[in-house]
Amino acid sequence: MSELVYEGKGVIVHIKGPVVEAEGMRGAKIREVVYVGEERLIGEIVRIEGDKAIIQVYEPTGGVKAGEPVERTGEPLSAELGPGLLGQVLDGLGRPLEVIAEKAGGPFITRGIKAPTLPRDKKWQWTPLVKPGDDVVAGDVLGTVPEGSVTHKIMLPPTIEKARVIEVLPEGDYTIEEPVVVVEHIGGKEEVKMYHKWPVRTPRPFREKLAPVELLVTGQRVIDTFFPIVKGGTSAVPGGFGTGKTVTLHQISKWADADVVVYVGCGERGNEMTDLLHTFPKLVDPKSGRPLLERSVLIANTSNMPVPAREASIFMGITYAEYYRDMGLHVVLTADSTSRWAEALRELSSRLEEIPSERGYPAYLPDYIASFYERAGRIKVQGRRDELGSVAVIGAVSPSGGDLNEPVTQHTMRYVGAFWALDKDLAFKRHFPSINWLRSFSKYTGGLKEWWIKNTGHDMMAYRDKAMALLQRASSLEEVARVVGEAALSDENRLVLLSAELIKEGFLVQNAYHEVDTYCSPKKQALLLKTLLEFYDRARPMIDAGVPVSRIAEMRSLGLLRRLKFVPEEEFENAVKEAIAQLEAEISSLLAEVR
Amino acid sequence: MSVYGLTYKGIDQVKGPLVIMRGVPGAAYEEVVRIYSEDGREWFGQVLEAGRDKVVIQVLGDTEGLDSNAMVKFTGSTLKIPVSDEMLGRVFNGAGEPIDGGPKIRADDYRDINGAPINPAKRDYPDEFIETGISAIDGMLSLVRGQKLPIFSESGLPHNEVAAQVARQAVVPGKAERFSIVFAAVGLKYDDVLFFRRQFEEFGALSRSVLFLNLANDPVIERITTPRVALTAAEYLAFDLGMDVLVIITDMTNYCEALRELSSAREEVPSRKGYPGYMYSDLASIYERAGRIIGRSGSITFMPILTMPGGDLTHPIPDLTGYITEGQIFLDLDLHNRGIYPPINVLPSLSRLMKDGIGPGKTREDHKEVSDQLYAAYSQGTKARELVQIVGEAGLSPREKLYLEFARRFEREFVAQGFRERRSIEETLDIAWDILSILPEAELTRISEKTLNKFHPKRRIAAQAEGE
Repeated sequence: MSELVYEGKGVIVHIKGPVVEAEGMRGAKIREVVYVGEERLIGEIVRIEGDKAIIQVYEPTGGVKAGEPVERTGEPLSAELGPGLLGQVLDGLGRPLEVIAEKAGGPFITRGIKAPTLPRDKKWQWTPLVKPGDDVVAGDVLGTVPEGSVTHKIMLPPTIEKARVIEVLPEGDYTIEEPVVVVEHIGGKEEVKMYHKWPVRTPRPFREKLAPVELLVTGQRVIDTFFPIVKGGTSAVPGGFGTGKTVTLHQISKWADADVVVYVGCGERGNEMTDLLHTFPKLVDPKSGRPLLERSVLIANTSNMPVPAREASIFMGITYAEYYRDMGLHVVLTADSTSRWAEALRELSSRLEEIPSERGYPAYLPDYIASFYERAGRIKVQGRRDELGSVAVIGAVSPSGGDLNEPVTQHTMRYVGAFWALDKDLAFKRHFPSINWLRSFSKYTGGLKEWWIKNTGHDMMAYRDKAMALLQRASSLEEVARVVGEAALSDENRLVLLSAELIKEGFLVQNAYHEVDTYCSPKKQALLLKTLLEFYDRARPMIDAGVPVSRIAEMRSLGLLRRLKFVPEEEFENAVKEAIAQLEAEISSLLAEVR
Repeated sequence: MSVYGLTYKGIDQVKGPLVIMRGVPGAAYEEVVRIYSEDGREWFGQVLEAGRDKVVIQVLGDTEGLDSNAMVKFTGSTLKIPVSDEMLGRVFNGAGEPIDGGPKIRADDYRDINGAPINPAKRDYPDEFIETGISAIDGMLSLVRGQKLPIFSESGLPHNEVAAQVARQAVVPGKAERFSIVFAAVGLKYDDVLFFRRQFEEFGALSRSVLFLNLANDPVIERITTPRVALTAAEYLAFDLGMDVLVIITDMTNYCEALRELSSAREEVPSRKGYPGYMYSDLASIYERAGRIIGRSGSITFMPILTMPGGDLTHPIPDLTGYITEGQIFLDLDLHNRGIYPPINVLPSLSRLMKDGIGPGKTREDHKEVSDQLYAAYSQGTKARELVQIVGEAGLSPREKLYLEFARRFEREFVAQGFRERRSIEETLDIAWDILSILPEAELTRISEKTLNKFHPKRRIAAQAEGE
């Protein structure tokens, strides 16, 4: 008598929050997606014990009973990859929020809603690039469709190693469900559609990983100049609440010179997500002149949405990022916040009754964080083309109690190339971005000297070192001043404080909500820093000549220098000339006075 | 509530607020149960774990007197409360039952107290200024309709007064309609509750208020449901009836402590200071119910109050709250001791939604810049004050002395105001200019030339003189 091996259905025996235990699951695979209960809630198998499976459910489980069925799909949790991703606003499982709202019939998210990521009825303008008889390998471009501000390449999916093209649909408009190419390989004939599915927890393949060398321009002065990140690089932004993590990430998502931006709102505020959804469609990409939303994929899994979906959302996001990278594009993924993601892991681990390690986090937390950041990089794409693509990953970290020694921050630090430590004291003073220049680092500065010279004509890294030295000196002088009072310092030292203050106010502080100041081009950054540094060089001889520092501090040109950053790019060079001219005039009159 | 339900006799184990039963198939997760003892006493509980072999029930209220022969009825429904406009003017307990001696309300609908998350794509962005009449809040921490802005306080500070003053004075400029108030007391002393009731009565808000009371001597476990029940009522008033609702819940610290107690009874792995690892998500499921929805006219503006244990901002309760809410109003013991009411320390305070709620057409065009300048200058002033402790006032530079004076006037004239004093936003900004004008203009780096010309008192006088 033969044994029934796979009937595709199990029975729930126990429910405890998002963790459900089911029997009759023999043959089920780890990470397989299942539908739980009468309402068919989406879940994923996380543990198998004999014919029992432990399932984490991505939706609230209130009202689910023992005895209800569990349906198997045989597939791991996957992302749908194809045209139609850009401009989408998705939840942590890749369901479009607009479709959820439509199906739920209201503004609240109800349970059991199934919604595919990509629109099935939309037609895309297909241009084939292969013809019957061509031999193709995984990653080869079969054709293109225009999508938003990018040319979307339809590639042979990584699952088909090599094949021969036998049919190609002619140029025209098709939906993603129509097989645009039919190929033949060892396994037989296979239809290739414009989209395919990819398991989110598996990194997508590439040919070779390369060292990242090109600056990722964010238009944020303290980042680009002092603690830069590169295309394909990684960065973490730790900071207590109110220090401006979210604004920093929003700014980067808006202004970074990337082809595609994936923003993952992971366990954060609903209203902030709404802010992004309201502003993105109105903002214009400075490069392409098209709405920023057209180059973005937004994932919104707010703090009150189910915890397991929060855990999945980051992997969903990085899979989308890798997919566009594979087309030879530069992608930035921003995740706000990776702490919420790690906490989701802790919560699930605790419900699975695993043995906790530091602060209740599971012992595999470091591997888990690494598995995310290591998916960043600059790579040679798969297929027979010489193209480079990159994914830069920028993750916010929300350390509990603002304590940077907690496990998530500490483990994250080990895997990132740049670290932007946000500072509560700076934030209280409304010094934004509140990136602390003494505690932050970037390992990429060494390789960027050439980039700045080539792109701006300025040796910016030399300016940077000079400014850093000034800031460092000022910081130790401030320590002294805290004890003896500023009045007790020598005029020479007080000039250092004044000049450092000018760099802070005139360069480091950047107003994200100011029309001009929100974005600063590398050219402007270089000229601005050079000009501000000149102040110290020019004022220094005055001290020797006997001009009191209090008179120097009263110069009107100092105010001009402080406000130079607000001058639009096209008027900037002239404004610099005027400010310098005024500075020179004031200096000579002060010098004349003391003589 | 549904009359459907299976009734079982026999409890396996009672452990603190938890009741464990075996051999009860068909119990649903989060289902409500009623437990009856042989001597006629009744309890109310909810399924925490639903298994074929074992069911764990969390009992609301004291389990004293519960025995293994009790009857347990499974109602087949999750915890729901009746809602209708009859709730207005009434007083309920933490389970949503009337305790003012009045009749039960006629339900328009029954709503699950856990609510459902608002779809982020259907949220409407909060950007309408609420004038509270309190300078420190309106000027520097502007509250907007649909925001969640907690008060971080300490025992002994006048947080109740601040919340009551906001409730009394808050208006959206240009809107005739006043806020409806949903007030939830979580583990509060009776005299605190009386204070609020008297206040609401005094300014005639009782008829547009709904009160949910869980007093200090009420069952601890009901503290878990009180905020959820209150917000369920608020959601109905706001999104079904189109009212602007101001929700005040005090004290969230008691809520978190109840959560810790329950978590420890469930033998869960604790995170920081014994609080459960899921406290962030749990608090989010409460705080995130504030907001506005596209296509609906009402709103929920949420002002939870929490007392920071030991005044410690990094304690898990204020810490996790701050990560979820859109800013915080920080009450300061030092300011209070110096006799300043409201003792709002603006430096660690923040309103994240302020930027879109202020400015031309909403408040005044100089609002943002004035606020930024006040922050920067006050921060300098407090730095100077610290310095005085070390070097004495004589050791300060003239510039530092000026900032010291600025900080003093800022606290005495801008922050301080009467409990019954209501300042319009114009008055607030004018006071700010008055104080800022003691600083030299070169110090006003956060204010543009244009704004200085239009609003700086000295320039206005100069402009007038020129005109004559």
